[in-house]
Amino acid sequence: MRIIIVGCGKIGETILADLVNEGHNVIAVDNDPAVIEEINNIHDVMTVCGNGTDCSTLSEAGVKEAEMFIAVTSSDELNMLSCYIARQMGARNTIARIRNPEYNMESLGFFKEKLGLSMAINPDMLAAREMFNVLKLPSAVKIQTFSERSFEIIELILKEGSPLTGVKLMDLRNKFKAKFLICVVGRGDKVYIPDGNFILYPGDKIGLTAEPVEIQKLLKALGLDKKQAKNVIILGGGRIAFYLSKMLTSTGNGVKIIEIDPEKCETLSDALPKAVIINGDGAQQELLLEEGLDSIDAFVSLTGMDEENILISIFASTHNVPTVITKVNRNELSAMAAKLGLDRIISPKEIMSDVLVRYARALENSKGSNIETLYNIMDDKAEVLEFNVSPDFGHTGVPLKDLRLRQGVLIAGIIRDRKAIIPIGSDVIMQGDKVIILTEDQRYNDLSDIIK
Amino acid sequence: MNRRMIFYMVGNIILLEAILLMLPLLVSFGYHEMNCVNAFSITIIIAVIVGVVFRRVFNPKKNKVIYAREGFIIVTFAWIFLSLLGCLPFIISGEIPDFFDAFFETVSGLTTTGASILRDVESMSCGLLFWRSFTHWLGGMGVLVLIMAILPSGSGRAIHILRAEMAGPVIGKITPKIKDTAKILYFIYLVITVAETVFLLAGGMPLFDSVVHALGTAGTGGFGIKGDSIASYSPYLQWVITAFMIIFGINFNLFYMFLLRQFKAVFSNRELWFYFALMLCAAGIITYSIYPIYGNFSDSIRHSCFQVASIVSTTGYSTADFNLWPDLAKGIIFILMFVGGCAGSTAGGLKLSRVIIMFKAIVRDIRHLLHPRSVASVKYEGKNLDVSVLNGVTTYFALYIVLIAGTFFVLSFEPSFDVQSNLTASISCCNNVGPGFGLVGPMEGYGGYSSFSKLVLTFAMLFGRLEIYPILLALYPRTWTKK
Repeated sequence: MRIIIVGCGKIGETILADLVNEGHNVIAVDNDPAVIEEINNIHDVMTVCGNGTDCSTLSEAGVKEAEMFIAVTSSDELNMLSCYIARQMGARNTIARIRNPEYNMESLGFFKEKLGLSMAINPDMLAAREMFNVLKLPSAVKIQTFSERSFEIIELILKEGSPLTGVKLMDLRNKFKAKFLICVVGRGDKVYIPDGNFILYPGDKIGLTAEPVEIQKLLKALGLDKKQAKNVIILGGGRIAFYLSKMLTSTGNGVKIIEIDPEKCETLSDALPKAVIINGDGAQQELLLEEGLDSIDAFVSLTGMDEENILISIFASTHNVPTVITKVNRNELSAMAAKLGLDRIISPKEIMSDVLVRYARALENSKGSNIETLYNIMDDKAEVLEFNVSPDFGHTGVPLKDLRLRQGVLIAGIIRDRKAIIPIGSDVIMQGDKVIILTEDQRYNDLSDIIK
Repeated sequence: MNRRMIFYMVGNIILLEAILLMLPLLVSFGYHEMNCVNAFSITIIIAVIVGVVFRRVFNPKKNKVIYAREGFIIVTFAWIFLSLLGCLPFIISGEIPDFFDAFFETVSGLTTTGASILRDVESMSCGLLFWRSFTHWLGGMGVLVLIMAILPSGSGRAIHILRAEMAGPVIGKITPKIKDTAKILYFIYLVITVAETVFLLAGGMPLFDSVVHALGTAGTGGFGIKGDSIASYSPYLQWVITAFMIIFGINFNLFYMFLLRQFKAVFSNRELWFYFALMLCAAGIITYSIYPIYGNFSDSIRHSCFQVASIVSTTGYSTADFNLWPDLAKGIIFILMFVGGCAGSTAGGLKLSRVIIMFKAIVRDIRHLLHPRSVASVKYEGKNLDVSVLNGVTTYFALYIVLIAGTFFVLSFEPSFDVQSNLTASISCCNNVGPGFGLVGPMEGYGGYSSFSKLVLTFAMLFGRLEIYPILLALYPRTWTKK
């Protein structure tokens, strides 16, 4: 697939390297000849030196044939403009990095529509969400969200003595009195789409979905919620801290932000009335202890310095903070930090790159089909397909239990009016719904294909 | 310095040569030349053994990273080993028994020079003649470029190898992946070569002659199979070869753009216009100058066009002995020897783009003398030229002059050669042209030089083909020390 990347800074280069590894044809655009030279020497890509908003530069990069156009310069406005021009010149999918919170709040939808953006990507927001997921559910392996975050699949590994094991799946719903669905099971190297008679064993990796309101209830019943972080200290008051605090406070958690710059503290306290903002140097151990490092549930280190984050995180770990999250930007350092015993290391640019790689994969896989989006889950062994129910789908209004589905397919969710329904046998698919399908290995190009 | 990786790659290249040697082996079979069959078989066996040993012994288990310097060294060693193995068939078959002669002939083939030490080409067996011309074809586009097209794509750093082998001041990729670029280049190369063969066949040239001459033209080499090069073929065939010599002197990226229908980009290429304009002027003056010799317009224009195309594209075929031409014509040919074809073609020489850039730099400096405070950037092909490229070009030119002067100096010790022969011999070899004036003229050969001079000329050709830096870097002691 032909992919153009505008802006080859740290993020741009990470994305570029990952996409080249995936086998895509990547064209890198940057206006700094030195950067271009460096990229040319290291990566197997074509390079164009010039401004990403310049038509002649873009046409030299072959924007007409580009299936993906990614603008990740340091300027939001440049990214948006460059994507708009690329779109007008024929790029099929455009993705802009938009970081400024002001753009991300109300106007994002407007921008996306007017500029024809396929995706607006905010690495800070993504990193904050990933951290939030870790804090919300420390025992989950991974939480994947779909369909504009209205649908989630939680991947977790069953421990010995888990109440889910040893019971037929069809009896589980009654046992827990919650609407949830175990939609995929990984056992050893194989992945199963389970039916009602399937029995889980300890060591299985399961993909579980539930209606968002029921997730907490369900996790409590499963005995998984006890470690949820209620009191969090965040070190550093940057953009990620802002997003993360907003998420945490709106779900009723206590947040304390330690920031060294008084002006930033002012702004933060304006924007986050529920959070406690401390003006001080987080590198001082005394200050951390004074603010109750010993009694918190989670510590998140988000300063601009990787080294500082790593060292302070180690300090927090030695004070038995249950969950310590460390933001590390440089790849070399994250490997070292892992060696030092830090296990929750989050790198915004890696997350962003993952999202884009997944997007590219989905784009390539969904070519020539009606698939809305496609994701890989369970270490890429199962696929989640999202379909829009088209008018020519002939099985609307039929209860699911009467649909004769093919082997290895599961209807995991129905999105109606942006709300997820975890389906049971009596639910029906209606016109205008989005349907989320899980498959083991086959690829279905149309929703009708899953029915025998 | 990743020595393992260097010799591992060299091992790969030697194995590739073993495979490529199958082709002349088949030709020898076809012509029932058992002597050649033996020679090629033995060479293939030796190449396989050396290649496998290199791959085994120097297998880089972990560290496969290639930096710029490794790229240069790989190219240098690959070419030296290719030449050493490539000259074995000549020696084993006994047709060129002397090592220095065989080595000279092979390097002359691979570097697409086309200078020969043979006194009687026509007595050579077909298998060896084919191999001689086939080395032109391989060396023209580059053996490492071929490896890139075949081997699974490695890291992005492999661009360093491509850069070291391909000629020109700036090497750009035409597709995002090196492998695709290499494939496309070889595809275009192959198609044009086949086209020339067909045109030659259509003109009544025998199959073997057509293939050999097409290979020689494609690499802009110049090995013929007749004592008088192309002179004995019909005017139609001479015109066909003229046209294809010009075509192979053009930047291959332009053919690709042409295929992509980016005609505007092709026709706005300054180097291309300059290339045609230069040849037109040169051919015009030479036609005027040699008209009295041939007495008719069609012959003089044919001979002048052929010789001009041959020298500018650094092929070295000839239809007439320009040694006997007036001094004006010889002067023009002498100047053309330096220029060479377009960057990114199979031609040798200084490359037109370098000449253009140098002239622009001169103009800039003169302006700078007029207005010492002026700030002026040099533009080339619509883009601002980086100062490092500009400096690179001028340094390269300095090195190039030193190389020619050095070669000339050594040749001057030859007792039986005059200044004119020695000077044009060194220029011709450094630019990979082939013929010179005097005793090394188009109808003569390099056979009269001593073994030592031949070795010096051999390295001059290698220096010229790889554009000096790679070999210089390999000879520089600091390259090899650990610090």
